[in-house]
Amino acid sequence: MSVPYKFGQMFIAIGAFVAVMGVVLFLADRVRSRKGEVVQTVVFVLPATLMIAFGLLYPGLRTIYESFKDASAQKFVGFDNYKTIFTSEDQITVLRNTAIWVIVTPVLATLIGLVYAVLIDKAKIEKFAKALIFLPMAISLVGASLIWKFVYDYKATENQQIGLANQVLKWLGLDTYRFLLTEPWNTIFLIVIMIWVQAGFAMTVLSASIKAIPDDIVEAARLDGVSGMRMFRYITVPSIRPSLIVVLTTISIATLKVFDIVRTATGGNFNTSVLAYEFYRQSFVSFNNGLGAALAVMLFILVTPIVVYNIRQMRKLEAR
Amino acid sequence: MRDAENRIWSREGAVRMRSTKARRGAAAFAIVVSASIVLAACGGSSGGGGGGGSAGGKAPGLAKAECAPIKSVMTEYGDLSGKHVKVYTSVVAPEDVPQKNSYKLFESCTGATVDYEGSKEFEAQLVVRVKSGNPPDIAYIPQPGLLKTLVQTTGKVIEAPKSVVDNVDKWFGEDWKKYGTVDGKFYAPPLDANVKSFVWYSPKMFADNGWTIPTTWDEMLTLSDTIAATGIKPWCAGIGSGEATGWPATDWLEDVMLRDNGPDVYDQWVAHEIPFNDPKVAAALDRVGGILKNPKYVNGGFGDVKSIATTTFQDGGLPILDGKCAMHRQASFYAANFPAGTKIAEDGGDVFAFYLPVTNADQGKPVLGAGNFIAAFRDAPEVQAFQTYLSTDTWANEKGKATPNGGFVSANKGLDVTNVASAIDQESVKILQDPNAVFRFDGSDLMPGAVGAGSEWKELTAWITGESTKDALSKIEDSWPAS
Repeated sequence: MSVPYKFGQMFIAIGAFVAVMGVVLFLADRVRSRKGEVVQTVVFVLPATLMIAFGLLYPGLRTIYESFKDASAQKFVGFDNYKTIFTSEDQITVLRNTAIWVIVTPVLATLIGLVYAVLIDKAKIEKFAKALIFLPMAISLVGASLIWKFVYDYKATENQQIGLANQVLKWLGLDTYRFLLTEPWNTIFLIVIMIWVQAGFAMTVLSASIKAIPDDIVEAARLDGVSGMRMFRYITVPSIRPSLIVVLTTISIATLKVFDIVRTATGGNFNTSVLAYEFYRQSFVSFNNGLGAALAVMLFILVTPIVVYNIRQMRKLEAR
Repeated sequence: MRDAENRIWSREGAVRMRSTKARRGAAAFAIVVSASIVLAACGGSSGGGGGGGSAGGKAPGLAKAECAPIKSVMTEYGDLSGKHVKVYTSVVAPEDVPQKNSYKLFESCTGATVDYEGSKEFEAQLVVRVKSGNPPDIAYIPQPGLLKTLVQTTGKVIEAPKSVVDNVDKWFGEDWKKYGTVDGKFYAPPLDANVKSFVWYSPKMFADNGWTIPTTWDEMLTLSDTIAATGIKPWCAGIGSGEATGWPATDWLEDVMLRDNGPDVYDQWVAHEIPFNDPKVAAALDRVGGILKNPKYVNGGFGDVKSIATTTFQDGGLPILDGKCAMHRQASFYAANFPAGTKIAEDGGDVFAFYLPVTNADQGKPVLGAGNFIAAFRDAPEVQAFQTYLSTDTWANEKGKATPNGGFVSANKGLDVTNVASAIDQESVKILQDPNAVFRFDGSDLMPGAVGAGSEWKELTAWITGESTKDALSKIEDSWPAS
């Protein structure tokens, strides 16, 4: 099968798709009664609904179903897989790490982004300072992890160092430190990578909303004698609260799904594994289908409240 | 305040409306693109499929002189012109060049084309592809345990045709055939091999200091003490390998199990007829710990015992070149990790390797090794023809010639040692072809994935960083899948 042939196929497919959609749209447009509106709605919603059902709902239900089966998806084992998650020492470590990630990352990343945004707001070097902290956003998580893996690289004090962090320790006259190996701090050092990447996102969004605070509010507050920390606490933060929540929840969801960093930096060793990595490990490396599915369901259960909160928050905004 | 907030919302509202329009446009574009991709993907697989009808004609190139060695086994597959064989492997650039070059004979003689695809994610992706109905035609599987899992859980692996069985019976030992057999049916012939029971050292360094190559384990420990007394850490090691971190430690354990207890007990251990935390295994692991967890012996050029866990296996033996480490136990393929220009030779070389000494004179000189196996997923003449070609002595020699920098070893009895480039590879081939050598396959590759690619890697890594022998082995034992 040659390349032109494949391209030909692709263009035929696109043409067919456009033609079908054209006919559908034309027909939907022709029916102009109240009933017609219902028909129109169905015509527009149906393809999306079908795709979601096929691509999201079915695999989701299937995963839940398989989480009640054994390693090779043959026999039903009831809640055994879930019991494993909450009783096996290794899986409890995974849960603990995931909790640390989800609590520490969004809070720190948002805080750093916010403080940074306030500090550089209207400063002379604002653009440069923004670019500086936003740059890591452009690096993929795998790339970022590789960079930091070199930064954290460990060699005994007397040897020549490759890792920047340990070289700095050496310059300071301290012993080198096993950043990726020493529990439980290694998880924190992995979180630093995520914060490095996400703080730029927080900073950009928050900086934009700080700039959107109307000058009259700020001026009014000034006239009332508010400044410094109190201005930050009583004017800036309340004014950008919706953006803060969006940033916090977005980073939380990204953090729950964190996989690349753990896989690249430690491979889940030294008790650094998290849910999103562990379910992949169990499903595709250890071939423990049931436990992998159960871990995926756990992840789903944990993400849901955040997503629900996010949507509720948006609805509240729209209701105003 | 209220008023001001309202103003904020209305401004955001305007922004939202503008972006909604843009979003709608983007969504429509996304639908068109994704739909066309889906359609194109559906069309893609139809071409390569059923093409069995044309077999029986005479292949255009088979009359050529260079095709003489494979003419007899290839004739039955007839003319394969225009046919494609999709190969999926874990061998990526630059090592894939010799692979591709070794297929040229097959392509020119049969007219078929080999489409080569290498991926570092091979082991995880192969399972995904097979399960989702998009398998390659041929895959080189590095673990008999994975082959077994694929056969038993997917049923998509095609049994080897008679021409392949004949080749394997003729060119390989009975044990190699066994590794490609699942539940009494033969699926996958061996592709290549490697020998793991080697200790890398610097012949120059040994000669300068008057050290001699040890032939027993105790001699090796005495030598280690001698070296340690000079202020050099005698051993260096690295077990880091990303997701597979820990595998070099499993090789240590297997080598010692084989030396302490002999091949029969080793087989029982691999088949889980004796538990993983059996006292014999514990004794073997403690013997490994006598070197790897001995702060006097490790980790030359890197640091202390724990640094083994964070040093990548590729870097593990490099301090030998700087004189910071004297010995490094690693397979024949480690030769590729030394920088270009390193002289690999026994006399006056920068590095060379000696056979990992025995611990128990009663058990002979056992050898630990591993290799890739050729599994087929499509029942078509061109796929069978290619599988047949790869299992001939001709291919083994072609591959040897196509690998001028070394790094190819095979257990194929028809492989001429002079066609293998490096001295270490030649040594390995001789060991594999020696009918008296007791060869055993890497045990972690034979065990179920949950152990061999899961808990054993993980727990031995934890063992290096401080876990006790007893805890590590009990945890591995607990993880053995019940069936």
